[in-house]
Amino acid sequence: MTRDSTLVLGAVAYDAKVVPIWEGFRRWFAEHKLAFDYVLYSNYERQVEAHLAGHIDVAWNSPLAWIEADRAAAARGRRARAVAMRDTDCDLTSIVVVRADSPARSLADLRGARIAVGAGDSPQATLIPMLHLAAAGVEPGVDAEIVRFDVLLGKHGDHIGGERDAARALVEGRVDASCMIDGNHLLFAREGVLQPDATRVLFQTPAYDHCNFTVLEDARAELVDRFVELLLAMSYDDPAVRPLLDMEGLKAWRQGRTSGYQQLERAVDRFDTISGWLARVGAAQGS
Amino acid sequence: MTRSIQLDDLGLDAGGHLLIKQALAGARASERIEVFGRAPHLAIHLAAWCRAAGHHFVADEQGAVEQRGGPSQRRIGWVVKGVALTGRWAGAERAGSARGSEEQAVVEAPSPRWGLAARGALVEAGGPDFRFPLGRKSFVWADEAARLYEQAAAAQWDPATAIDWSSARDLPDLVEDAVVQVMTYLIENETAALLVPARFLAQLHPHFREVMQLLAIQTADEARHIDVFTRRALLRRSDLGLSTVGGQASLKTLLDEPDFALASFLLSVLGEGSFLSLLWFLHRTAPDPVTADVARLAAQDEARHVAFGLAHLQRHLGNDPSLRARLATAVETRYETLRHTAGLNEEVFDALILLAAGSTAPDSIRRGFAAVQDLQSDMDDGRRRRLARLGFTAAESTALSSLHTRNFM
Repeated sequence: MTRDSTLVLGAVAYDAKVVPIWEGFRRWFAEHKLAFDYVLYSNYERQVEAHLAGHIDVAWNSPLAWIEADRAAAARGRRARAVAMRDTDCDLTSIVVVRADSPARSLADLRGARIAVGAGDSPQATLIPMLHLAAAGVEPGVDAEIVRFDVLLGKHGDHIGGERDAARALVEGRVDASCMIDGNHLLFAREGVLQPDATRVLFQTPAYDHCNFTVLEDARAELVDRFVELLLAMSYDDPAVRPLLDMEGLKAWRQGRTSGYQQLERAVDRFDTISGWLARVGAAQGS
Repeated sequence: MTRSIQLDDLGLDAGGHLLIKQALAGARASERIEVFGRAPHLAIHLAAWCRAAGHHFVADEQGAVEQRGGPSQRRIGWVVKGVALTGRWAGAERAGSARGSEEQAVVEAPSPRWGLAARGALVEAGGPDFRFPLGRKSFVWADEAARLYEQAAAAQWDPATAIDWSSARDLPDLVEDAVVQVMTYLIENETAALLVPARFLAQLHPHFREVMQLLAIQTADEARHIDVFTRRALLRRSDLGLSTVGGQASLKTLLDEPDFALASFLLSVLGEGSFLSLLWFLHRTAPDPVTADVARLAAQDEARHVAFGLAHLQRHLGNDPSLRARLATAVETRYETLRHTAGLNEEVFDALILLAAGSTAPDSIRRGFAAVQDLQSDMDDGRRRRLARLGFTAAESTALSSLHTRNFM
């Protein structure tokens, strides 16, 4: 753990804009008397390992990274906690989309189909939709062909490119169905990737949550409390903050909650997504 | 009463968000708006759109059906207005007023954060900090800018049609060579006259829109002059004439001058002012109609450039009379810098004589020589007249005019 009074945050560099975002936050926190710095990782697994090793105080985690941190911490008798998240991280849904003329009427009808998903580690565009596909009796990779659009693996689908490529594949007839976040269906229509009446939503998942700021049980409480207090005080009315919130895609920060990760927990178990990583981390740390 | 909107079969993936936004604009924060429609993915899209826009969406699980004459519409749910929609415009500022004629339309020191926004626009707070070194009205503004811009826009001419290129005729070789040399010299000078305002244009706060437009059209004028002078030079020759160290050294001092007031004084008032005399001289004495035409068209444009230079310097001097001493010093400094250079190259001087002579007959040469003497005197008169308009005494004007570069521009 860093020993001075600086709160160090870890974030994954899924896009070049990550630097101006955290530079902006760093300046803003400094103006509000919180010494803050950030470290960027190229992938979430490296970030979670660094967090467990005490290199950072807070991790800006994807939902999958949250589960990784939570389980790896628990395996060591430690405890992870979600302290804050964006308003836009709450209650997302994913959808499975087919072409409007598709004969499919339910997920079960996708038996034998080619299904486009996002990056292999994307909760929203791959893992959660595949969970529901399996629950409908269509075992991914066995009963249906899964076509992955792996843009930037290790970034847990933060890069939207995978979902966009999957949507294009659907339009071009290279696949029979495509998985994406609800909002991206709207975005891709606006971008012209999807024509308004050309696709049909076959299935919508129940709501789930996305990213959170994760801390471990030994985090310095006074720093974390101040960090969360300042986040929650950020107002979209404040022109100094608004561009940062716009870049990070939120209107307001919320208290963290972990009730929205159950579908992903089940998917991770169902597809044995992270056991290899957990074993490696465990072995590396001699536990 | 709860507001409600009927989207019919319009989806949010086909522009339906516009109607939602319109309804929200009239609502208070936390107010609910009932949404009816029958587009297939409306509930999914409304939830996603509200999440991203900072509103809250409550789905109507029952989906009450409303009959409105046409096909039935289902109640999809309620949009609960968030605070973000108004937040973006908190602290927004009106960037002056679009009509330059209105009092206070153009402010003395526009905020750098107004940036590229149209003058008169409502500018969101928190924008990037632009850097426009020419950001004070007292240093750049002229009330005549709008009128001069209008004149310039109306007076743009097409080189292809404004000049009768077919009227070119064969001249004696030496006279044609002289015309080509003068064109070569004009191109070089007009290049300086293009680059100097272009550089200040990039430094000017766009709030001073009329000045920005005028400088822009001024550079376009010079681009056209360079074009027609080049075309004239190439009518009968495949190569251009000579460019000398002295001529370029003189023009370089204009490019090196970082101060807008000093640079426009040296370039527009003294340089282009002298060029007005030169261009009208060329128009009068040209040995062929094409040369006469290009000189006349260029002279008409240059007159506006001189007028703007005088206008904004007069205004600037009105605010800050100490500028006058700095203007004088700029002429003296330039003179010192150039005193060891040749000034106007002999080839240009000779070419002007030949051009005015129209032939190599001794009598013609004598007439040409006298005409160039008159030209120099005319230039001096013009400079002294303009210096007087800027408030210099007769003695000061005479002294400063005599120190002006021998290269004319």
